Amino acid sequence: MPTESIPVPTAKARASKEPEMLTGSGAILRTLEHLGIKDVFGLPGGAIIPFYDELMASTTIRHILVRHEQGAGHAAEGYSATGGQVGVCIATSGPGATNLVTAIADAYMDSVPLLAITGQVFSTLMGTDAFQEVDIVGITMPITKHSFLVTDPADVPATLAAAYQIATTGRPGPVLVDITKDAQQKSAPYIWPAKVDLPGYRPVVKAHGKQILAAAELLATAERPVLYVGGGVNRAHASAELLELANATGAPVVTTLMARGVFPDSHHQNLGMPGMHGTVPAVLALQEADLIVSLGARFDDRVTGKPSEFAPLAKIVHVDIDPAEIGKIRMPDVPIVGDAKDVIVDLTSAYADAKKEHAPDIAAWWERLESLREQYPLGYTMPDDGLLSPQQVIQRIGELTGPEGIYAAGVGQHQMWAAQFIKYERPNSWLNSGGAGTMGYAVPAAMGAKVAEPDRVVWAIDGDGCFQMTNQELATCTINNIPIKVAIINNSSLGMVRQWQTLFYEGRHSFTDLNTGHDTVMIPDFVKLADAYGCLAIRVTKQDEVDAAIKLALETNDRPVVIDFIVSRDAMVWPMVPQGVGNSQVQYAKDHAPEWEEE
Amino acid sequence: MSHVLSLLVEDRPGLLTRVAGLFARRGFNIESLAVGRSEIEGLSRITVVVDVEELPLEQVTKQLNKLVNVIKIVELDSAQAVTREHMLIKVRVDNTTRSQVLEAVTLFRAQIVDVATDALVIEATGNTGKIQALLRILEPYGIKEIAQSGLLAIGRGSKSITERVYKN
Repeated sequence: MPTESIPVPTAKARASKEPEMLTGSGAILRTLEHLGIKDVFGLPGGAIIPFYDELMASTTIRHILVRHEQGAGHAAEGYSATGGQVGVCIATSGPGATNLVTAIADAYMDSVPLLAITGQVFSTLMGTDAFQEVDIVGITMPITKHSFLVTDPADVPATLAAAYQIATTGRPGPVLVDITKDAQQKSAPYIWPAKVDLPGYRPVVKAHGKQILAAAELLATAERPVLYVGGGVNRAHASAELLELANATGAPVVTTLMARGVFPDSHHQNLGMPGMHGTVPAVLALQEADLIVSLGARFDDRVTGKPSEFAPLAKIVHVDIDPAEIGKIRMPDVPIVGDAKDVIVDLTSAYADAKKEHAPDIAAWWERLESLREQYPLGYTMPDDGLLSPQQVIQRIGELTGPEGIYAAGVGQHQMWAAQFIKYERPNSWLNSGGAGTMGYAVPAAMGAKVAEPDRVVWAIDGDGCFQMTNQELATCTINNIPIKVAIINNSSLGMVRQWQTLFYEGRHSFTDLNTGHDTVMIPDFVKLADAYGCLAIRVTKQDEVDAAIKLALETNDRPVVIDFIVSRDAMVWPMVPQGVGNSQVQYAKDHAPEWEEE
Repeated sequence: MSHVLSLLVEDRPGLLTRVAGLFARRGFNIESLAVGRSEIEGLSRITVVVDVEELPLEQVTKQLNKLVNVIKIVELDSAQAVTREHMLIKVRVDNTTRSQVLEAVTLFRAQIVDVATDALVIEATGNTGKIQALLRILEPYGIKEIAQSGLLAIGRGSKSITERVYKN
């Protein structure tokens, strides 16, 4: 079989006939350099010291020393998610490796290309419960695309090259390479380019022509089509192609949580985000559609609600690069396996032909959608307790920063509001933990994004709960001159859980008070904490201070900025589809469901 | 409904964990499992019997296909495949029952592979029905111990599932 080509070999193979002898550690470094890696995030420990010894001498790779390995993992994710280079995180064996696990699982759920390199105890000690030994390859099997154990220095280049290829091609995802300490110390001939031999790994990229024609035919005859756009379009860098397809078809577009920004919010055809906290027009558009063209989306339960009641009238065209996603939740009428970019291009041209025969008319559909849009715009009411409106704060951050910024969110209410009230115009400008729902993602992910895109303003929109999980990386940011901006939407509680308790548990707020906000002991005091980390720290309690604080943050680039926005804790995320029911039961606000057009 | 899957896999450490873990994680019950070398060096063959309906089976197959070390998966239709199980059975015998047991062994074309004064070890090969029938016959004499292989299966005719693996 032919060898698969390595995607980004940047340096040429050495000309001399005798391959150079390198230690395994030297080989790791050389391979990373050959793969074009510029930045890595990590924290050394006993089993990875040999590699760190080499890394110290590297002139092309910047290593950022984190304060917790989870921070390295999310930073690498944020770095990857900006759409450029693949993120790399490095940890030692045992607890160092297990601290990466959450970030690896997160990357797996959201299809983020990620290369995790861990040190392992000496191969001679493996299996003896040695100091700091854990079976990280075993632990991460269910949450990686693949994982490797390297015990021989000669295997380093080919293994890392294979890991890189697996992580970045097909449906992207995390790959872990565990390298024993003796493999790092011993020497072997270094051979590059490495021969990557993966007979069991052949992602389908180009879709079947017949299926494309069938999809185009459906699209040209549908009366109520919707383009259901997911994060896969982002990962495929297919925004421009999507815009062409949307313009050609005139069909409404909904962008999932993972796809915010993939299609511009300012575009007339964008109905916003579907799902549990989606806009009413987006939710009902899917619900009432006669054709859903799913592009790189996976019918997640937070989008479909009760699957048996989801879009009951719709035929489904399901485009995904992962065959296992197709038919997993909803049987499609036209399954298409392929890369979103290629498929969208093919579909656009096939649609142009199909259109000539059918003259599709979706004017009545748009009339219905426009009336929904008019009746149920996204909005919020100002709180009556005199505290800040979290939605307004987030909206102002978006308006004052603009679409060139990058916004990373934690998980919870602030995440939903940031998805709703910041207007995204470009792909990779919205980073969040969609599938895994990892609290604590924001600060390290923003840090990684800022390293990848130093010229952009990078915000972490975080909650007071999330912020307390990973704020140690502010030290990393300050010391390494990574001036991110953090907006803590401080409602003094685990807000999303509290909202569910208010709505579904008779207001019994069981263990959701964090005592960080208004009328509490404010422990910790986020301003003092941020100050201790060397950040510019601002507390905002009044509405007329909001803009000034955001502007000051935008002007401050010599250190990270943390703004503690003391917001009302009673604000809720609306609209909402309660869990376990059909999407037609979307509530615009509490006890206010829009009427659903029965067909 | 039971389905027989034949997997061609790379013989790598942890491979079995990956395959078995996937079944467990996605909630599928493995009825039987047999692992051994294939005719190609470095590749093993896993025969799995799994009890699922048609649709979830498709999901299992797709998920298995995503494992980097899994090269190929084929579902073997029982009509188009030969299936065999292998069993070792230790049966209690005495002077009066020995000859009856030996008769059963002959009828089932099984073999005696070990003899003791009060027990026999019988080796039997066959499809699931034959093995079960033999067990029913031997049960009254007292089965002391059994060791059984997973189901082995191979497609009928000249085609091989490994044939096109390295050609593309």
